[in-house]
Amino acid sequence: MSGGPLLSFRGFLRGVAELMLTAGVVLALLVFYLLVWTNVQTSAAQQDLLEEFRTEKARSAGKAPEVSIGEGLAVLYAPRLGADWRWVVLEGTDMGTIDDGPGHFAETALPGEIGNFAVAGHRATHGEPFADLDRLVEGDEIYVETTDGWFTYQVTWSRIVAPTAVEVIAPVAGHPGKKPTEHTLTLVTCNPRWASTERLVVGAQLVQTRAPGAGPPEGLDPAAREES
Amino acid sequence: MYAFLWRILPGPVPAKLVQALALAALAFWLLMYVVFPWVEPHLPLDQVVVG
Repeated sequence: MSGGPLLSFRGFLRGVAELMLTAGVVLALLVFYLLVWTNVQTSAAQQDLLEEFRTEKARSAGKAPEVSIGEGLAVLYAPRLGADWRWVVLEGTDMGTIDDGPGHFAETALPGEIGNFAVAGHRATHGEPFADLDRLVEGDEIYVETTDGWFTYQVTWSRIVAPTAVEVIAPVAGHPGKKPTEHTLTLVTCNPRWASTERLVVGAQLVQTRAPGAGPPEGLDPAAREES
Repeated sequence: MYAFLWRILPGPVPAKLVQALALAALAFWLLMYVVFPWVEPHLPLDQVVVG
């Protein structure tokens, strides 16, 4: 075989082809990471968080939650989104925290406090807790379990807003600066799903409070009642 | 590129195969735990907070 321009051109083509194939494999792996890997990671994190939450709940004997960033704060149930729809809410909304589950905007009220308990969660990837948030309609119940009891909220509104609409997590949702007199819940996620151009926001109002001893609300799925 | 890699791996074919698989596994680990988590926030999808 004689070397020369033909061979080196072939070698060049082969190199380009290998790079393109490699790029294709890396892109396929990125899709795998987003669609499978992150969900597996989040599911494992949620399992640990739920165990820690249950231990903490048993230990705290009805005291209000005291958590630092990244720790489990409450458990969220929404029967409309499925009997097994259950998510541990973490304290904080930084990237690493909401990758493990829905995150509580740390500057907003705690469940049961006067003001707005505001929570953000992924709508796609990382377990996609808020994937079907658009299916919640007015009147739907959302249950929040904390170390000091159970809080039942009822959905009162939902809206699509700009990513800059910080007023939705104000103490009185939509009215920044106004002094709160009511207990509300605001759930925030991205819209459309798989994009970040807007935010989908669901608002709810506290309708019932139960002491830890009173057990979970009647509307909760029997299997979840059993476990809680 | 891959042919060159195959040539510089020492030992007989089975040994080369094991080393090649180990390298592939290392590449996979790096992508899943280092590269993709770093890339993800820069993708235009699933930014969920307001502000």
